[in-house]
Amino acid sequence: MAQHQVNYASAAGLPVALTSVDKLINWGRSNSLWPMTYGLACCAIEMMATGASRYDFDRMGTIFRASPRQSDVMILAGTLSKKHAEFTRRLYDQMMEPKWVISMGSCANTGGMFNTYSIVQGVDRIVPVDIYLPGCAPRPETLQYALMMLQKKIRRESADMNKNTKSNLRML
Amino acid sequence: MRKYTPKDNVQGKAYHTDRFWVAPSVPRTDASEDAHFAALLEKIKESIAVKDAYIQIGQMVVHINPEDNIAALRLVKEACDYAMCTEISAVDYLAQEGEFEVFYQMLNLKKAKRIRIVTRLKEGQAIESVVPLFNSANFAEREMYDMFGIVANNHPFMKRILMPDDWEGHPLLKTYPLQGDEAASWYEVDKIFGKEYREIIGAENRDPSKIDRYDTKRFSRVGYEVPFDADISEGEKETPIEYSETLLVNYNKSSKQLDERR
Repeated sequence: MAQHQVNYASAAGLPVALTSVDKLINWGRSNSLWPMTYGLACCAIEMMATGASRYDFDRMGTIFRASPRQSDVMILAGTLSKKHAEFTRRLYDQMMEPKWVISMGSCANTGGMFNTYSIVQGVDRIVPVDIYLPGCAPRPETLQYALMMLQKKIRRESADMNKNTKSNLRML
Repeated sequence: MRKYTPKDNVQGKAYHTDRFWVAPSVPRTDASEDAHFAALLEKIKESIAVKDAYIQIGQMVVHINPEDNIAALRLVKEACDYAMCTEISAVDYLAQEGEFEVFYQMLNLKKAKRIRIVTRLKEGQAIESVVPLFNSANFAEREMYDMFGIVANNHPFMKRILMPDDWEGHPLLKTYPLQGDEAASWYEVDKIFGKEYREIIGAENRDPSKIDRYDTKRFSRVGYEVPFDADISEGEKETPIEYSETLLVNYNKSSKQLDERR
């Protein structure tokens, strides 16, 4: 038998893989990111296109959910008005830990062109944002890339959310 | 040199006035030039006091007293086939004339004609609701209340329609600042976290090109990578770069001062 081949007989017939708990948990978390369907404006169209067959979010384990209780990621796609901010925060609070936020598009990042009285000037005023995604509107490739960046970020983090610096901000 | 004008209450008057400039106005023609409108105006004048009437862009504009609005609309609806009320809103002329202009845009579907019935209201004065005549007035009058603070009496549900119920101020007034007043700029913070979180969250950034060179959390330099959240100020004071100011040339500064800035 060649040296590199695993001798199954010596491990009760089972293949053995060694890893750390952090890596294992983060592998699970990062490969099944379920975003909440949270389209607020025209960015939602790009978000829907990303979820549909051409760009196909499903192949990355990303399936849109209609309930905050079942989702880990909130993709804030579009203009957030001050009237609606309260409900965005409530939905964010209803999501299970661990949870992440992608701010999609100029309006969600900074208020964008809506430099007016009724628009939230950046969603980071009400929820902690992990990924800021520029563009007006960002193309589906950009959203895919943002999700891949978020996956990278999750894999870099500790599985214990309390150890991450982000979760200190999360208490806000 | 142009003579100095006081800069207070600048929203009430133009900052710069060209003495040769003539305000563009839509030409008005007499109501008698159109047979249909002339007949209609005669009919309205029989029962309602008409202050002014003319034709503008093929539509007749009829100025009436605010207390006659129900009677006038009922007349044009029931006797003159103006069966559709397409728009109700107001215009803020408080600064120029101390009044609101409330208008009712009416459509005659049989003749394809439109008229506008216009009344003037003082600030704080209410107008009678026309919901009994037109259901379309329901949302329109609520929006008029929301945006201008003009109350419609006997409206079935006089409540804000666009802004939240606890919003302060009426945004379409000319005196309302575009980027919101104090209450508006803290609205979402006060509502979600409470007033004590204002200091933690901070004021809104209204300059989207604002850059903080020492903020290594949100900004990074290409070719000069530093660890996340590292302090790179080296004891220097914070000097935020605000593009909207540096890009604008300040002509009040002398060229020497500009050289110093470079």
